Amino acid sequence: MATLEIKDLHVTVEADNATKEILKGVDLTVKQGETHAIMGPNGSGKSTLAYSLAGHPKYTITGGSVTLDGEDVLEMSVDERARAGVFLAMQYPVEVPGVSVSNFLRTSATAVRGEAPKLRTWVKEVKETMERLSMDPSFAERNVNEGFSGGEKKRHEILQLELLKPKIAILDETDSGLDVDALRIVSEGVNRVRETGEVGTLLITHYTRILRYIKPDFVHVFSGGRIVESGGAELADKLENEGYEAYTKPVTP
Amino acid sequence: MAEAQNIPVGSTTAGSIAVAAESTVATRMSAPPSYDVADFPVPHGREEEWRFTPLERLRGLHDGTATATGDGVKVDVEAPEGVTVELVDRDDPRVGRAGKPVDRIAAQAYSAFEKASVVSVPKDTQPAEPIRIRVHGEGGVAYGHQVIELGAFAEAVVVIDHTGDAVLAAGVDYLLGDGAKLTVVSVQDWDDKAVHVAQHNALVGRDASFKSVVVTFGGDVVRLHPRVRYAATGGEAELFGLYFTDAGQHQEHRLLVDHNTPHCKSNVVYKGALQGDDAHAVWIGDVLIEAAAEGTDTYEMNRNLVLTDGARVDSVPNLEIETGEIVGAGHASATGRFDDEQLFYLMARGIPEHEARRLVVRGFFAELVQQIGVPDIEERLIAKIEEELEASVA
Repeated sequence: MATLEIKDLHVTVEADNATKEILKGVDLTVKQGETHAIMGPNGSGKSTLAYSLAGHPKYTITGGSVTLDGEDVLEMSVDERARAGVFLAMQYPVEVPGVSVSNFLRTSATAVRGEAPKLRTWVKEVKETMERLSMDPSFAERNVNEGFSGGEKKRHEILQLELLKPKIAILDETDSGLDVDALRIVSEGVNRVRETGEVGTLLITHYTRILRYIKPDFVHVFSGGRIVESGGAELADKLENEGYEAYTKPVTP
Repeated sequence: MAEAQNIPVGSTTAGSIAVAAESTVATRMSAPPSYDVADFPVPHGREEEWRFTPLERLRGLHDGTATATGDGVKVDVEAPEGVTVELVDRDDPRVGRAGKPVDRIAAQAYSAFEKASVVSVPKDTQPAEPIRIRVHGEGGVAYGHQVIELGAFAEAVVVIDHTGDAVLAAGVDYLLGDGAKLTVVSVQDWDDKAVHVAQHNALVGRDASFKSVVVTFGGDVVRLHPRVRYAATGGEAELFGLYFTDAGQHQEHRLLVDHNTPHCKSNVVYKGALQGDDAHAVWIGDVLIEAAAEGTDTYEMNRNLVLTDGARVDSVPNLEIETGEIVGAGHASATGRFDDEQLFYLMARGIPEHEARRLVVRGFFAELVQQIGVPDIEERLIAKIEEELEASVA
């Protein structure tokens, strides 16, 4: 069973000629089949955690470890991590002009699966997955993320999630900027992947709204660059009612 | 319909649609067109038409100091049956008929060439094979003039291939008879040190179709100036361009489509990729719709893909409209960069770095390469793009 183990992770970022520590000792274990929601106020370091796990060059790991089934993830390049089974659905997917969605998906699937998918079954697989995400077939001929609406970008991310079948899926604020219909469609996509029982999900969100559609097994409150409280789904209800105030107030002596 | 997006530092994209009583396209040239080099002052670099060009790297083509060496270039014309090739003097009526030189170097070329080459495709003939003109630089200085003439309803493909090392200034005239169809591919695959400046003049006959594909990879300085005019109504011009500008190279493409006649069409698409320090691409797209040119349909577009830091693009579309009675007119210019975020996105989907770069650049050019319609040239271009990319990855 695939397990992502994050131990005492420290991460810094360079900003305004200064080094700033964003993650200050994150400990978290995500196993295949589990869904963990990471919730926290803006600026708490949630997205930094997501991007650090995927290997974005902007972030420097200064301490701790991340392993996937015992393999050192931090030693891997970005593409190696993806091929090892780590998937990051991005909050702001970038445009890639001149590269069609269909070409991109096939190149990506070829890289991740280690061989080119058989054309006939592949076309069918993509078509069916797109249908389930209410995506028009013409979408495949558009350039990656170019001129996509917010909802289309997120559906495209979940389309990749479904096709690439990672061991660990990190969803970085996939719910942000979505209307209710789009949120439902995207959530259903995530749930289809979860129901296979073959993916461990790390759901990063600011709002509890998405948790009505995707039921987490664990909820972690993220504040000040670390997990400050962990619990079950009931912790989300507490946050829904009380907000993050309790976690962001400066500690008075 | 102007648009500009994702402009990297060190690039400019400017566009304008002018409705003017007097043409600024013509008046902003520092001297009127002329066949005589003496009619043009030596440029100092601040003139509108020279402001992007590194004059000091032109090896004297602009100031009269570059003297033809006699062994500048070797020209070899491979003409299929039915096509005639002649060497003629300056006073031949076909020479210079498509258009006058509009700047000092074009006039220098016109004033200095020894014999002009005229390739003629007689009326109603359609050679089965492309006409191939190979211009190979032998390391010297040369001035040249090439005329390609298609009689009425003739159809031909011409490939002009530039290789080797030379300092070359040239004029190329395309004369299209009524209903003629000409596809011409000009490939600038020079060695690193070559300097190549040329003015291309197309005169498009009634209901004739002119397709120009300009492909620039090599050279130290390449400055091409394709121009199109229409001899009568119903003409069509498609001007496609593809360039790959490497470190230190200056590649400049200046276009003018002069809609001087009613009911003509033009479509301009130029795309370039740049990589390396001081790679500099310049694209000037002038489209003029004269008062008489009712029913004109025109569109021009320039796209640039900046692959690394240190490269510079100047892209200036300019559309000037003197009549509102037209079908359509538009222009677009955009310069985007292949940045770290794109790389991260593709790599985060398991795609290795070199593959990610290749994917983006191939996709960027693919649509244009498919327009060429000459299979061996298409294959060569794809191979060349791969080669350029290999160099950038290494």
